[in-house]
Amino acid sequence: MATSPVTETAEHAASTLAQVSPVFGKLTWDIFPFYDPIIFATFIGTCVLGAVIVGLVLYFRLLPYLWNEWFTSIDHKKIGIMYMILATIMLVRGFADALLMRGHQALASAGYVGYLPAYHYDQVFTAHGVIMIFFVAMPFVTGFMNYVMPLQIGARDVAFPFLNNFSFWLTVSGAVLIMISLFVGEYAATGWLAYPPLSGLEFSPGVGMDYYLWSLNIAGIGTTLSGINLVVTLVKMRAPGMTWMKMPIFCWTTLCTNVLIVATFPVLTATLALLTADRYLGTHFFTNDMGGNPMMYVNLIWIWGHPEVYILILPIFGIFSEVVATFCRKRLFGYTSMVYATCVITILSYLVWLHHFFTMGAGADVNSFFGITTMIISIPTGAKLFNWLFTMYKGRIQYELPMMWTVAFMLTFVIGGMTGVLLAVPPADYVLHNSLFLVAHFHNVIIGGVVFGIFAGINYWWPKAFGFHLDRFWGLVSFWGWVVGFWVAFMPLYLLGLMGVTRRLSQFEDTIYAGYFFTALIGALLVAVGLLAFIVQIVVSIMKREQLAVDGDPWDARTLEWSTTSPPPYYNFAFNMNVYEIDAWHHMKANGAKPPQDGFQPIHMPRYTASGIIISGFMTVMGFALVWHVWWLALITFVASLAWGIGHTFNYKRDYYVPADEVRAIETGTGVVRPAE
Amino acid sequence: MRLARFGLLAICGVLLSGCDLVLFNPSGDVAAQQGDLIIYATVLMMIVILPVMALTVFFAIKYRKDNEEATYEPEWSHSVSLEIVVWSVPLAIIICLAGLTWVATHRLEPYNDLPRITAEKAIDPNVTPLQVQVVALDWKWLFIYPEQGIATVNEAAVVVDRPVEWKITSNTVMNAFYVPEMAGMIYAMGGMETELNAVMNASGTFEGFSANYSGNGFSHMRFDLQAFEEDGFDEWVAKVRDGGPMLDRAAVNVLENPSVDHDVEYYGEVEDGLWNLILNMCTGPNDLCLNDMMMVDALGGGGIDGLWNREMYRGLCTADDPQAIFAILRPDLVERGPEILQSMVLDADTDPLPPLNSIPQAN
Amino acid sequence: MATHTSNAPDGDYEFYVVEDDHHDGEHHHETGTMLGFWIYLMSDCLIFGILFAIHAVVGTNYAAGPSPADLFEIDKILLATAFLLLSSITYGFAVINMQQKNQSAMMKWLAVTGLFGLGFLGLELLEFSHLWHIGAGPGASAFLSSFWILVGTHGLHVTAGSIWLVVLMVQVSMHGLTEANVRRVLCLSLFWHFLDLIWIGVFSFVYLTGVLL
Repeated sequence: MATSPVTETAEHAASTLAQVSPVFGKLTWDIFPFYDPIIFATFIGTCVLGAVIVGLVLYFRLLPYLWNEWFTSIDHKKIGIMYMILATIMLVRGFADALLMRGHQALASAGYVGYLPAYHYDQVFTAHGVIMIFFVAMPFVTGFMNYVMPLQIGARDVAFPFLNNFSFWLTVSGAVLIMISLFVGEYAATGWLAYPPLSGLEFSPGVGMDYYLWSLNIAGIGTTLSGINLVVTLVKMRAPGMTWMKMPIFCWTTLCTNVLIVATFPVLTATLALLTADRYLGTHFFTNDMGGNPMMYVNLIWIWGHPEVYILILPIFGIFSEVVATFCRKRLFGYTSMVYATCVITILSYLVWLHHFFTMGAGADVNSFFGITTMIISIPTGAKLFNWLFTMYKGRIQYELPMMWTVAFMLTFVIGGMTGVLLAVPPADYVLHNSLFLVAHFHNVIIGGVVFGIFAGINYWWPKAFGFHLDRFWGLVSFWGWVVGFWVAFMPLYLLGLMGVTRRLSQFEDTIYAGYFFTALIGALLVAVGLLAFIVQIVVSIMKREQLAVDGDPWDARTLEWSTTSPPPYYNFAFNMNVYEIDAWHHMKANGAKPPQDGFQPIHMPRYTASGIIISGFMTVMGFALVWHVWWLALITFVASLAWGIGHTFNYKRDYYVPADEVRAIETGTGVVRPAE
Repeated sequence: MRLARFGLLAICGVLLSGCDLVLFNPSGDVAAQQGDLIIYATVLMMIVILPVMALTVFFAIKYRKDNEEATYEPEWSHSVSLEIVVWSVPLAIIICLAGLTWVATHRLEPYNDLPRITAEKAIDPNVTPLQVQVVALDWKWLFIYPEQGIATVNEAAVVVDRPVEWKITSNTVMNAFYVPEMAGMIYAMGGMETELNAVMNASGTFEGFSANYSGNGFSHMRFDLQAFEEDGFDEWVAKVRDGGPMLDRAAVNVLENPSVDHDVEYYGEVEDGLWNLILNMCTGPNDLCLNDMMMVDALGGGGIDGLWNREMYRGLCTADDPQAIFAILRPDLVERGPEILQSMVLDADTDPLPPLNSIPQAN
Repeated sequence: MATHTSNAPDGDYEFYVVEDDHHDGEHHHETGTMLGFWIYLMSDCLIFGILFAIHAVVGTNYAAGPSPADLFEIDKILLATAFLLLSSITYGFAVINMQQKNQSAMMKWLAVTGLFGLGFLGLELLEFSHLWHIGAGPGASAFLSSFWILVGTHGLHVTAGSIWLVVLMVQVSMHGLTEANVRRVLCLSLFWHFLDLIWIGVFSFVYLTGVLL
């Protein structure tokens, strides 16, 4: 019999639980990962890099600039850009996890031990999933919605600008906690949805699960608030004349996404709060005994989890709709059916959650019901795809980078959609569930859909945000790296799934799969080239910004964000606009609209505030204190964030008027664009 | 159909040699039907997927900017007939697929008795399914054969062409019991019993494992499933029976300790009623069984005393007259006995209770 | 409204609106806040919905421990219910007085509302400490977990509402019934009535149903 009577998990738990001091909680010197060379080297590297960045910021006296112009900014455009930066940083982290896994599995399947012990490998795949969904895909999508949507509806900001800043910093707070867990203590080793009882105190006694819970609890509140904010913005702040059926498709998808956020993130918050209660208060919601019921958690988490998939993909569909119409130089085919398809997907996304656990044994009637509702979603999705196709039909397609990403998406996403429908057939799911086929499927829709869409969107709106194009050569390298890399990395996983290989394995007992895992590793390396090229693309473009400079409407596009300068002034538009048609800017151009050179009025704008970042800072410390059971610190920071929040409500001077002269100076090019004080 | 399977294998063979898609070539009839279903569904979807991909490529090339000859209609954005096609083609495919799903899901429902041995061979009504009870432990599998009175760890055996009724539970976190060569997976969950009916149609040794991540030792939570002809199975049973000690509560408590890559173990004897104790999570000396607990709850709860002294309800379910014992323990609730039982009729099908009239009306 | 327009060649369209933005902006903001607060309440309602659903699933899993009939003293709960319902009415009086621009009367009614709220919280704390002392804490059974968390979450909301009430009274006394303060009074009013509504659910589904079944 193999000798592993005491597991590393239990050992670790014993060592942390043994020492709970009233002052430091569970914190001891043991929490630093001296034992693991990989983590420790990364730790040192990150510390050095962090020190260099902080040093540079201080040396060039950038801190006041960053603080005054960015961190405390409530300008939706700056917040949108900060979301994108956060997402890019976390993408690098999440992708490093992916490379670690691909490399390890390639070794392990070839008969070597690999370099990650099971306990560490389990943390890596958990962190990869959580980071990619919550701190990469979500911030990218929220960033787009924040930046683009108010511009597209002709608004000057969102409905609740302070809340917008606060939501962003809460998201950062969650990301910071998850990054701390890399070096201080450990992360959850439970899989990204942390099913109990595995995630309960009995089977995961370490602090990893607590990092998971507090980071998602805090970030989840931010997402909910942001959802409320954007829904109200869309309902209340559209330009005069922009009726619902004249809104750009991206705004429609933003609306549906935020309705989904408002209607599902509370479920996540409640579910995670109950799991937190199980771990901190000893309750029995999801335990095996004392009347608890773990299946309840699985149901609840997927009642949030499935709509979450559509929260990610719907705005991306919106991006593709804008890109296709612009670069085919043609109106979008079937606007109305696009809108209905989006709404139908929104509603249906609530009725399919059980397809994630057909194998729980709910019976044939229930399983087939949820299988069929899942398939029905493919009807509006298919309609959308046809609409993009017929937009290309009789168009004049310009192959700029965003359009290339779109075509690659259309060809990739149909395969992901097909394997998705396949998994929705319950008896097929019995053999494919939890296999690498499933892993390949959801990467196929998330990379082939969401990530491709993110790159399409970045290449499309970058000139708007910064006033210059992204470099085409490096953009092409990035494009081919990602697209080819994706196919090479995930086709072997489809095959492995059909060979009955399950997911989340860190060790293999035979070597017949080595070729496939090795191919997948090569694919992952190609994607790494794509990711690196993307970063190079940004750096090169910034260096060549003079050459790449553009005016307000470089793509000759169709929606209102292109009617203002690039980058837009902080008040977005000097004049409100009347909207008469779908594709309002196209209509304006066709009718020779010229912006007035006179008659500027003072513009009502919100003031910047530091409350968002300060309260989120307190909450980050509170989360950390709760993870480590440092109760006094948690209490102090909780009271502090509450007090600061109350103090914030005593500030009644939240807005001001931009003088008409300043607007005139900016608009006529005689003044310097100066952000709000 | 054959062609499609051949095509897939051909593509696979070209890509990498030695590719064995177990799911399309299994040794059990249930898995074979599930594999066929994957192919049917894929072919059905290809009817719409392939034209869409072809059209995408075609349009992408034909309507490129350089091609001045292609027609260009910048305002064309609506066509009723195209809209009908756009919605009805996917709808038609989904209707077919939904029908297929409904029928296949009901036919392949893992809880139902098998309708056939293979496509060519019907069920023999004289042969009862082989009973195997499966327990997922950290991180190994325990198999109990109630008819044979034996148990094994990380090795199971079945008889070729004889249906097997797997009863599955977990003594730890959630796992999934999966033998790809035999049939699809079913979750193993603590305090709950799931079921899988399947059959092996060929002899040999096949791989089984947990398909739901369960922690540290998950990668090695694997077992061999041996499919024997009748004689071979009897020999195997005899070997196990000779081989080992008795599997009783104490032995289960030892097995409950987490271990990774656990060796095969044989138990020649099994304590009576052990499966029920495992299923009700009361193999420990002082545990209150889940079924007893649920009985108490169904009868109105164990009262404040139950907070401190739950153990007094031990054995309620196995007692001859549970209500009588309950009446002694909770005299305050006896008046409401019939009413309480009435409210329990809802889930009577899962946990049969003694008839109403057995409630003592004394006191 | 438009003082100047940029005309298109055919003269049908006024694309750019040159107008005085002041009043319009304020107006937008106010209605937006109420809508946003409603959406927030709906999302909060969803959280309670989950807690109720869970209570429906595990509410009779006593783990061989006490059931509602063994634990709840329904007369005290009735008193707490009365406090909360009355506080909703008194809040209503406060809003009526606010609309009549009667600030001092409004403040008095808000104070009464706050006192009722505190009375409710006091009774709830009494009940919790009683349960804790007999050993029926949140870890005693799934039923008790669900009970503590559901009722406790409501209690935390009432606490938050009470803190908000005090802060708002300070703000009204500092700045009077400005537009912002009126908006806040109305938002808190929505919040307070919402909590009342949730409590009616708690009272009927947790306490009454629990004791009667």
